[in-house]
Amino acid sequence: MSPTTPITPGTSRYTPLAMLLHWVLALAIVTAFGVGLYMSDLPMSMTRLKLFNWHKWAGVTILALSALRLLWRLTHRPPAEPPMPAWQALAARAVHGLLYLMFFAVPLAGWAYSSAAGFPIVWFGLLPLPDFVPVDKALAEQLKELHELLAWGLAALVLAHVGAALKHHFIDKDGLLLRMMPSRRN
Amino acid sequence: MTALKQLPWLLLLAAAPVLAQHPTPAKAAPKTAPAAVSPAATPSAAQLLLDKSDLSFGIKQMGVPVEGRFKRYEAQLILDPKKPETGKLSFRIDLASATMGEAMADAELLKPAWFDSKKFPQAIFESSAIKSTGPGRFEVQGKLSIKGQSRDLSVPVSLAQANGVSTATGSFQLKRLEFKIGEGEWSDTSVVANDVNVKFRLQFTGIAPL
Repeated sequence: MSPTTPITPGTSRYTPLAMLLHWVLALAIVTAFGVGLYMSDLPMSMTRLKLFNWHKWAGVTILALSALRLLWRLTHRPPAEPPMPAWQALAARAVHGLLYLMFFAVPLAGWAYSSAAGFPIVWFGLLPLPDFVPVDKALAEQLKELHELLAWGLAALVLAHVGAALKHHFIDKDGLLLRMMPSRRN
Repeated sequence: MTALKQLPWLLLLAAAPVLAQHPTPAKAAPKTAPAAVSPAATPSAAQLLLDKSDLSFGIKQMGVPVEGRFKRYEAQLILDPKKPETGKLSFRIDLASATMGEAMADAELLKPAWFDSKKFPQAIFESSAIKSTGPGRFEVQGKLSIKGQSRDLSVPVSLAQANGVSTATGSFQLKRLEFKIGEGEWSDTSVVANDVNVKFRLQFTGIAPL
């Protein structure tokens, strides 16, 4: 890790792959969350059926990309953070850790819920995924609650993450966001 | 919320069975052997054991295989396995008894776009010919009527017997749209497939030995 070259905005950034994964997943997760929220109360209809399947396909895609992202993270050192109080650094680390946990927990709970409900997932209508829980109505209800609860937990973490990043960038003016922004070619 | 089950479904029904009955001294059948009769007699009607039978339908929605079943149906069957051509089957399925194991889906099935079970309470299969196609195997031809639509249907059936109970198993495919099952927006087969696979395993007493 580089010394503490402070904050010269633009000096240290995530790699292009890391940025791509971050932003694609950010968009996918926010969209899947919104769709999930909307579709769950829809009456039976073609739209409902399609949204459920799209939501599941998105969830599995998020799961797969998150695995790739975790692999990146385990093999790379992220760019240095701007100086900040220890408690903030600790909080950032905790939120990042929990975010990663949720990237896996939310889709896995959803996948299990779908399997327990008797609807195996067929990724993009082409690739049948295995069921790792049995078809069980009572279990499906519990997994549904779990999936929702975890999704809300993820939403809360995302808000904390975004809020903190914006606070750093616009209030502390430490250029934090630039770490995750493509360089403008300087 | 989420009922995931969304699903749609539908379908189908089927009629299937075959079966038969016939006289024959039933000594051959062990304990509960029902039918015993004398050879020349007219076959008597077989009895369907509803709670030991299963009639299901499978269909794909957006690539996902889903299954449902009928809980109520009745069969009037006369069959002498040795003279199947003298047999006759009339099979009636109570369409309102269809279930996919999920309340929202089950309610959807009753609607006019699907079974319209208020207007068309039953699916009916009437055989026109039953013939032997091998040991313990038969082909039942007839007419299947659902929702005011009738189609000729030929159903292969395997018949096995044990302890006086005859078990008829088989499966066949239907095109749901030929029976107007899933109308309107649901007629889009890229979402809910047109092919419906119907499977049955029906148990009867009162069928003469094979």
